[in-house]
Amino acid sequence: MQELVTKFKARYDYAWVVLQGLVKTDFRLRYQGSFLGVAWSVLKPLMTFCVMYVVFGKFLRMSDGTPTYPVVLLLGISSWQFVTDSTNVGLRSVVDRGDLLRKIHFPNYIVVVSATVGAMISFAINLGVVLIFALFARVQFTWRVLLLPLNIIELYLVTLGITLIMATMYVYFRDIAHIWDVLQQLVFYGMPIIYPLSYVTNRGGLYATLARLELLNPFAQAIQDIRHNFIAPETQPTIWNQYHNPAVKVIPFALAVAFLWLGVYLFRRNSRKFAEVM
Amino acid sequence: MSVHKTMTAKSIDFMSNPVVLSASHVSKSFKLPTEQATGLKQACINWVKGIKGYKQQQVLKDISFEVHQGEFFGIVGRNGGGKSTLLKLISQIYYPDSGHINVSGKLVPFIELGVGFNPELTGRENVYLNGALLGFTHEEVDAMYDDIVEFAELGEFMDQKLKNYSSGMQVRLAFSVAIKAQGDILVLDEVLAVGDEAFQRKCDDFFTEIRKDPTKTVILVTHDMNSVKKYCTRAMMIKDGEVVAIGDTETVTSRYTLANLEAEKKEQENNRAQLEAKRQYPNGLNERCPVLRTFPLKESIYKSSDTFQFGVEYQFDEPGDFYLAIAMHDIRRGGITYDTGAKTIKMEQHGRHTVYFELPLNLFNNGEFRLFTSLRVPTPVDPNNTDMVAVAVDDNACTFVIRDDRNRDYALLSDRAMTIKQIDKPAE
Repeated sequence: MQELVTKFKARYDYAWVVLQGLVKTDFRLRYQGSFLGVAWSVLKPLMTFCVMYVVFGKFLRMSDGTPTYPVVLLLGISSWQFVTDSTNVGLRSVVDRGDLLRKIHFPNYIVVVSATVGAMISFAINLGVVLIFALFARVQFTWRVLLLPLNIIELYLVTLGITLIMATMYVYFRDIAHIWDVLQQLVFYGMPIIYPLSYVTNRGGLYATLARLELLNPFAQAIQDIRHNFIAPETQPTIWNQYHNPAVKVIPFALAVAFLWLGVYLFRRNSRKFAEVM
Repeated sequence: MSVHKTMTAKSIDFMSNPVVLSASHVSKSFKLPTEQATGLKQACINWVKGIKGYKQQQVLKDISFEVHQGEFFGIVGRNGGGKSTLLKLISQIYYPDSGHINVSGKLVPFIELGVGFNPELTGRENVYLNGALLGFTHEEVDAMYDDIVEFAELGEFMDQKLKNYSSGMQVRLAFSVAIKAQGDILVLDEVLAVGDEAFQRKCDDFFTEIRKDPTKTVILVTHDMNSVKKYCTRAMMIKDGEVVAIGDTETVTSRYTLANLEAEKKEQENNRAQLEAKRQYPNGLNERCPVLRTFPLKESIYKSSDTFQFGVEYQFDEPGDFYLAIAMHDIRRGGITYDTGAKTIKMEQHGRHTVYFELPLNLFNNGEFRLFTSLRVPTPVDPNNTDMVAVAVDDNACTFVIRDDRNRDYALLSDRAMTIKQIDKPAE
């Protein structure tokens, strides 16, 4: 047992050190040369949120009728932003760090993980800003907030899976960057993020079925769960309150695991060749 | 095929040490893309057409060797011989197609100096980042930080951004990280030639010192035979992906020098052969007109009363009209004294023939003259003009000399050719 721990430590110590180094550097360089420096990482989402709040909340009057909907909207958008940040940077990470991979031996997956961790740091800051908005909107928090970390971990893992798949493919086919650009639009509008799910459900018929199907997407499920547990347990539709069949409730999680597994599998299988192929 | 040759006394010492790096039957080949295949479209096209889209190139063939603890092991070879690939295999950047490479201990590779150096970070931050990439924790870098800074002689600059460093300073910092990094096996690729003389001397001292340290192993890839002789305890030469020599440095370096000489010789021979192929015809001649020669009928000094007779030998087999044009060059005074014009002397016979000419010398003062003959054909598009096919120069031109007591030396034309007469005031 002792030996196993030492082995595990030896194996992942290096990865951990490199990960820290890369994440720190990236973060340090992100607002390099700007006057306000790190303050931007908070100021930017704050300002973006103000714009979105005005546009979606006041002008377009997107709403499901609840007073907390603007905050729910911000939460959804920043959750999705984590996904796009992480995939768009992560997708190119192996190629962008090509000079490193060609000259030094280190676990390649670190470059992808560091991209997703970087996005996660921004997400955490965004969540803090959402919290401020939530406090202003007098959101009543419940015990469900405690479930939030689980939802965020799920969102992170499924994103990591997708990012690993994309990063692997990008080494061989640069076209994937453009394909993913389009695909992520499709996924985005196929989820109740800027529109409340009730908009679709209320049209009835085929649309109601589609609305229910939307929730089977692991991204949609995770983001809806985050909104549900964080802000609006009463009003947010989730897989839990829309379906009764337990077998269906498992689908998004099964998909999440499948994506993660596929990502890890593909990446591991090809990563040895990355230094040569690039 | 490991060829263990006789060891010098020095290298025997290490052979009893444990093996820290072993390569057994390592082979590696690369796929060289024949067309740019990083796009989906190209991949589809290749797939449909059944094109592989790449060419297999064998870079390393069945390489086996062992390095023992404490050795300073040199790997030499000409460019493209597979050294760098081997180094990357040792550093686990590439993976062998077959065979195994086993490393025990912490291996610190320096394929390139300053990997991951970022110009926007300070010197200090770069050292920590570089250290992290090489697998050192923050604490480990802390422990060697002062050493690194001192060795690089950059104490006061460490909080400056790297982009404000001179290139020499950057290299010094990178190199200091490389050699102060506390690894068990240090892998260095062509890094000895950095920095100014003082820094070089420091590096020299460092290598001499590390050579004495029985726990540190160094693998050095280089072209520089002097550094191999100076530092290495044992060396290996790679040629065309195979180990051709392994053993004491004397044997390997002389083998390398020999191989280089051979290659050089071959190249020279190639060059000469190429030159000869081009130079089959003397200057001015070519395959259309392989012979064109102007020659005097008798070698001597002529008087002005003589007539200079000469012959022109030519070979020309292309059908159609062709002409000879002869120009007379005044060697001492310069300039062309006389020229026959391009279309004056029409030749009647094709093939190889000799024709004869004479020219009167009575007009000239003393002088040395040279006759150039060119062979010309009418320009296809403009029959009034001619194209030069060949010209007889150098040995193919002929020279003659005029010496006569009656003559003067200064001017070209003698007073037999012309005189200037005084006249009365010209009539209006």
